[in-house]
Amino acid sequence: MRKWLLPEYIDDLLPTEAEAVERIRRRLLDHFALHGYRLVRPPLLEHLESLLTGTGRELDLYTFKVVDQLSGRLLGLRADTTLQVARIDAHLLNAEGISRLCYAGSVLHTRPMGLAQTREVMQVGAELYGHAGIAADREVLRLMLSSLTLLGVPRIHLDLGHVGVFRALVADAALEPELAGELFAAMRAKNVPRIGELTRGLPEAARRSFQVLPELYGEAHAVLERAARELPALPQIGAALADLRTLVGAIDGARVAVQIDLAELRDLDYHNGVVFSAYAAGAAVAIGRGGRYDNIGAAFGRARPATGFSLYPRQLAQRVPGAAARPGVLAPDADDPALLAAVVRLRAAGEMIVAGIEGAAADPRAHGCNRRLALVDGVWQVQPV
Amino acid sequence: MITIALSKGRIFEETLPLLAAAGIVPAEDPESSRKLIIGTSRPDTRIIIVRASDVPTYVQYGAADLGVAGKDVLVEHGGEGLYQPLDLEIARCRMMVAVRGDFDYAGAVQSGARLRVATKYVQTAREHFAAKRMHVDLIKLYGSMELAPLVGLAEAIVDVVSSGNTLRANGLVPVEEIDAISARLIVNQAALKLKHAELQGILDTVRAAVAGRRGAS
Repeated sequence: MRKWLLPEYIDDLLPTEAEAVERIRRRLLDHFALHGYRLVRPPLLEHLESLLTGTGRELDLYTFKVVDQLSGRLLGLRADTTLQVARIDAHLLNAEGISRLCYAGSVLHTRPMGLAQTREVMQVGAELYGHAGIAADREVLRLMLSSLTLLGVPRIHLDLGHVGVFRALVADAALEPELAGELFAAMRAKNVPRIGELTRGLPEAARRSFQVLPELYGEAHAVLERAARELPALPQIGAALADLRTLVGAIDGARVAVQIDLAELRDLDYHNGVVFSAYAAGAAVAIGRGGRYDNIGAAFGRARPATGFSLYPRQLAQRVPGAAARPGVLAPDADDPALLAAVVRLRAAGEMIVAGIEGAAADPRAHGCNRRLALVDGVWQVQPV
Repeated sequence: MITIALSKGRIFEETLPLLAAAGIVPAEDPESSRKLIIGTSRPDTRIIIVRASDVPTYVQYGAADLGVAGKDVLVEHGGEGLYQPLDLEIARCRMMVAVRGDFDYAGAVQSGARLRVATKYVQTAREHFAAKRMHVDLIKLYGSMELAPLVGLAEAIVDVVSSGNTLRANGLVPVEEIDAISARLIVNQAALKLKHAELQGILDTVRAAVAGRRGAS
């Protein structure tokens, strides 16, 4: 056993990446605070049944479990923070009106989720509770987009969907849960041949709707138009399309490329309304995801409308220009009060000053510096290396 | 740049006419060239040549935007991260259970005997026998499955069968069809969003070409 070896898909963040990720975390939390989102820090582990309440089996498989030596009960290491924040809102804060909460931290997965090449995923997110209308979805979506703009993500692609459309079709066709589950999986894969097989026994109109759904993606306005034309005129579908129209109208199309995908049903099956993902140009992995999940709070004793998103700082760090630390200044090891004063002054201005140590090699680059403090004409001055 | 992952042989040959409909003609023949990246008549499109069972992996991680993979390979891969919008209706064959001519398969199933099954398609075999409520010991092989029942390695094999000639030549008989196999067009999920206009164009033309051929035959 090589003792330095880490488990598979578990890694250290080395200084350059760790600093970039931390800077992104701070900027996001500061930005959320400016919008009235209060910070919470849910625990890393809690009773398994509270972690998994109201969710599907999928999250269960991703959750690490340990036995609590104090109670003998099973504990889970969180695989998702949103549910914990929903528990805090439903049970602890007990606010009547709207509450806005945000969080930052790691979640653990028993195996890498999707394309993530890690089992420890950092999430920074914001959630809005207590409002069932599209205004709340619009607020969190705008907050996510302004966060990405603030970080300097060059070109943002936004993918919008609405779980309500698929659910309305399932309810209208009165499908057995097992068939609905298989259709859900086929829909997520846009597996048109499989959808054809699964819907063989359904009435022609229902069959046609399920076959059209995986083709309803692409440029937002065109998709909405086609959906209104080709999907049945169910009230829930009409409402879902109206919600999407509102959101598309609220986004600045010049900065953000918006697409709609009505077969995008999300991996963790607790969403029940609008869902969205953000991508940066050139990256296959999403940099942020969000959506509405109204039914979670009920499991914690209080049904509360809920919507929110999380961003992934490690993905962002690879996409944001200038996420890396700014090079600093190397100061010599001298007992000169003028030097000490210069160092204090520069640090107060936000410069990184690395103090040299007598006798140690003093290559500025090895310390992340591209300049040094030098005595020129009796004055300590910053000089390029 | 659009990258299409294909495997050599039957899939490559039968995919060519469909890609040609979208104006994509490879600049070289992979059978004679040793190159793994092949340019096409469209400057924005290239073809990469990979092993059949690796096609879903290249597309899943976005190393290729599109790919063509048999349903047998997709079931083994699991399909995570892929869209599978189109059955190309090419490279057709069947996934079968086969045994030696003198082996009483129906009797073994009836008596609930535990079978040893040799296969390259472990996932497919596991799901098939679980659905039949049969206990099996799976033996993973990488080729020449037909040999296993002949030398006593296994009682049955699970393999793709097209003409059935190899089975017959080795005294094996197919006893059960698991699935009809054909090649599917697969798409990287993020690419379909980020390169939507380009990919959708190819998708639509290929879909029309498949439908056109179905009409002609």
